[in-house]
Amino acid sequence: MKTTNVIISGVGGQGSLLASKLLGRLLVDEGYDVKVSEVHGMSQRGGSVITYVKFGDKVYSPIICENEADFIVSFEKIEAVRWASCLKKDGKIIVNNQEIDPMPVITGVAQYPHDALEELAELGIVPDAIDALSLANEAGSAKAVNIVLMGRLAKYFDIPYEKWLAAIENTVAPKFVEMNKKAFALGYNA
Amino acid sequence: MKKLLIGNEALARGLWEAGCSVISSYPGTPSTEITEFAAKYDEIYCEWAPNEKVALEAAFGASLAGARSACAMKHVGLNVAADPLFTLSYTGVTGGLIICVADDPGMHSSQNEQDSRRYAIASKVPMLEPADSEEAKEYAKIAFEISEQFDTPVMIRMCTRIAHSQSITELSERIDRALTKYEKKPQKYIMMPAYAKLRHPFVEERTVRIAEYAETSPLNKVEYADSSIGIITSGASYQYVKEVFGDKYSVLKLGMVNPISKKLVSDFASKVDRLIVVEELDPVIEEFCKCIGLNVEGKSLFSAIGEFSQTTIAKAFGVCENTSDVKDFPAVPVRPPVMCAGCPHRGMFYTLAKNKITVLGDIGCYTLGAQAPLNALDSTLCMGASVSGLHGFNKAGFDGKCVAVIGDSTFIHSGVTGLINIAYNASNSTVIILDNSITGMTGHQQNPTTGYNIKGDPASKIDLETLCRSIGINRVRVVDPYDLKACDTAVKEETAVDEPSVIISRRPCVLLKTVKPKAPVKVDPDKCRSCKSCMRLGCPAISMKNGNAVIDTTLCVGCGVCNQLCAFDAIN
Repeated sequence: MKTTNVIISGVGGQGSLLASKLLGRLLVDEGYDVKVSEVHGMSQRGGSVITYVKFGDKVYSPIICENEADFIVSFEKIEAVRWASCLKKDGKIIVNNQEIDPMPVITGVAQYPHDALEELAELGIVPDAIDALSLANEAGSAKAVNIVLMGRLAKYFDIPYEKWLAAIENTVAPKFVEMNKKAFALGYNA
Repeated sequence: MKKLLIGNEALARGLWEAGCSVISSYPGTPSTEITEFAAKYDEIYCEWAPNEKVALEAAFGASLAGARSACAMKHVGLNVAADPLFTLSYTGVTGGLIICVADDPGMHSSQNEQDSRRYAIASKVPMLEPADSEEAKEYAKIAFEISEQFDTPVMIRMCTRIAHSQSITELSERIDRALTKYEKKPQKYIMMPAYAKLRHPFVEERTVRIAEYAETSPLNKVEYADSSIGIITSGASYQYVKEVFGDKYSVLKLGMVNPISKKLVSDFASKVDRLIVVEELDPVIEEFCKCIGLNVEGKSLFSAIGEFSQTTIAKAFGVCENTSDVKDFPAVPVRPPVMCAGCPHRGMFYTLAKNKITVLGDIGCYTLGAQAPLNALDSTLCMGASVSGLHGFNKAGFDGKCVAVIGDSTFIHSGVTGLINIAYNASNSTVIILDNSITGMTGHQQNPTTGYNIKGDPASKIDLETLCRSIGINRVRVVDPYDLKACDTAVKEETAVDEPSVIISRRPCVLLKTVKPKAPVKVDPDKCRSCKSCMRLGCPAISMKNGNAVIDTTLCVGCGVCNQLCAFDAIN
C-alpha cells in the first residue's frame, strides 16, 4: 500500500498534538507502519504549528513535502493556505474556518486575508470548511476543535466509525470521553 | 509490545531497559524529553542539573561508582559540557556512560546549527546515530556495551526529526544490574600530566580497536542493489534517501558515525561506480572518504545549511517530481511565535523599550522580546552571555543606559558567574533577572530557584536576593512586572546609580497550572479613542477592529498591564 500523508496545521495551543496522537494510535491499531512528526519548542508560543502523520506498509521519511499530502487538516484559515502547496493534485483540505490574527496583523503591518479560502477554490482547491469552533462549543468545550476536525477527517477514511471512538477512549482522559465522542460525531456529520 | 514513541522517549526506554540507574541533564530543545521520560521510571535516579557541565560530571561520578549512567543535552549544551567530555575520553568509565546530544539542523529552536559529530571526532569518543525510534532504543543498549567493552564514554547523536518523530517501537523488559565494583585506580582516574600521558596512547589505540569493531558491527548496514550509485548516509538522511529511492541503489547506512571503519567504506566504494555521501550539516563522512583517498561527491550536491527532506535528495539527484502545478497560492502573513497573553516578561520589556535602553539578552522565552512591536533586545549569544557581555560592554565605555536580561534558570546555568565578574571587577552594570519561577521555553522544567525537583517533589530553593547580595551586589530589588510604574522607577533608578545592581522582575509564568487567570478585561468602545497605546505591548489578545481596540477574551488572562497604558480609562 502506498503511504498516505496527512498534515495537521494550526496555531500553538490549539491542541493539534492531541489530534496527531489520536490518529497515530488509531493507525497503529489498524496495523499500519506509522510515523508522526512534530516540532516542539518555540512553536508552542502562539506560532504556526505543523504535524505530519504518515502511514502505509513502510514509512521512511517522517516529513511531508510539496505536492505530497493526501490531506491537510487545518485548525485555522490561513494555516490551511500556508501549507496548500504541500497538497497533492487530488488531495483534500479540511479546515476550521476560524480566524486567529497573527502578530503582523495585530500590529497592523499585514492584513488578514479573509478571502483566502475562496481564492484557493478559484485555483481548483476547494476546501471542506466547517465551523469547528461552534461545533466544539456545542459538544461542551472550545478545546474539542481538534476532535471535531478528526471527526471530519474520518469521513474520508476507510476505517470503521467505532474504531475511531475506541481510539478516542484510548487517548483522552476518561472524564472527557463522552464530550469528545459528541464533538467527533458533530464533525463527522457536519 | 509495540508502541508509537518519539525518538527521545524511545531512547529513554532503551536507557531504562539497559539498566541505567543515574541520569543528570539540563533541558534544551530537542533533547528535553529524553530525561523527562526517563524520570517516569522509578528505577532511574533522574535530575535537572544547573547546567550541562555539572550534568556530565554527575554522570561521570555515577559511572565511576559503577552505575550505568547518562546525561542529555542539546548541541550547544555540549559546548558547556566540553571540558569534562575531552578528559572523560581519557579516564574512560567504570559503569557504562552515555552522552545523548540532540542537534537541530534547520534551527527550529536554536541559536546555531553546529554539528556534534565534530565533538566526537575531536574528543575521540565513539558516536552512534539512530535513524528512528526503534534504533534509538536499541542503540542505547549497544552504547552501554561499547562503553564498558572499550572503556569509553559513548555519544548518541539525535537530531530534531529523530528526537521528535514518533515511530513504532518494540518494548522489552529492564535488565537490572548491580554496580560494577569501584576500585581505586589513580593512573586511570587522576588526570594529571604524568598519568594523562599514559592514557593518551590508550585513547588512540582504543579508537583503532573501535574502528575495527565498526567494520563488522551490525550498527552499520550495507544494502547492496544497483551498483551504478552507492550512497553513504546516516540518521534522518537515510530515511530521506530511502523515501526517494526505496531499494534501487546500494546504500551504506552508518549507525556508528565515529569512528568510521576505513575497510567498510573502502569495500563499499569498490563495489559501486559513483560514491555519494548524503549528510546534513558538515561534510564529516565526506571528509573521511576523501582522507582515505576515495573519489566521492557530497557537498558539491548538498548544502551544509539547514534540514534535508526527500525533496532535497530528489532535487540533488535530478529526479524531483514534487512540484505543484499551482504556483500562485494566496499570500498569507507569517505567524511567528510570540510572548503569551499575560506573559510577565512583557511589562519589563515595555519599560525597557519605552526608556530606550540598550538590552543584552539571553536564551529563553524572553528572546521573543526582540520582536515587533517591542523590539527590546540588542543581542543574544548563548546561555549567560547577557550578564558577562554587559560587563564588557560597560568596561568598553558605552555611553548610554544598558542592562542585561536573563531568566531564572539561565541565570543559575551560567549567568551567576558573569554576575560574580561584575561584582569582583566592578562594572557599573544592571542585571535584570526575569524570574518566572520555571524553565519556560523548553516546556516547564524545574530548576534550583523553583523549590521543586524533576519529580515535582519539594527541594532546596535558591534565594536569588541573598545569592546576589552574597556575590557582592549591594543594590538588589524586586519588582512585579505587571506593575509598570514600579518597573519604570526601578529601571530608571538602577541604571542611574554608580554601582552594580540587580533587579529581580518576579512573576510566575502565566502557563503554569498553579497560576489562576483573572477575569479577562474588556474595551469600552465609547471610551476608546483609537490611540493604539495598548497596541505597543504586542499582546496577542489585543487587536484593532473597526478602529477600536478589541480584547480576545479567550486569550486574555486579566494581567492588567494594558489598563495601565490607557489614558482614557477604556479598558476594565
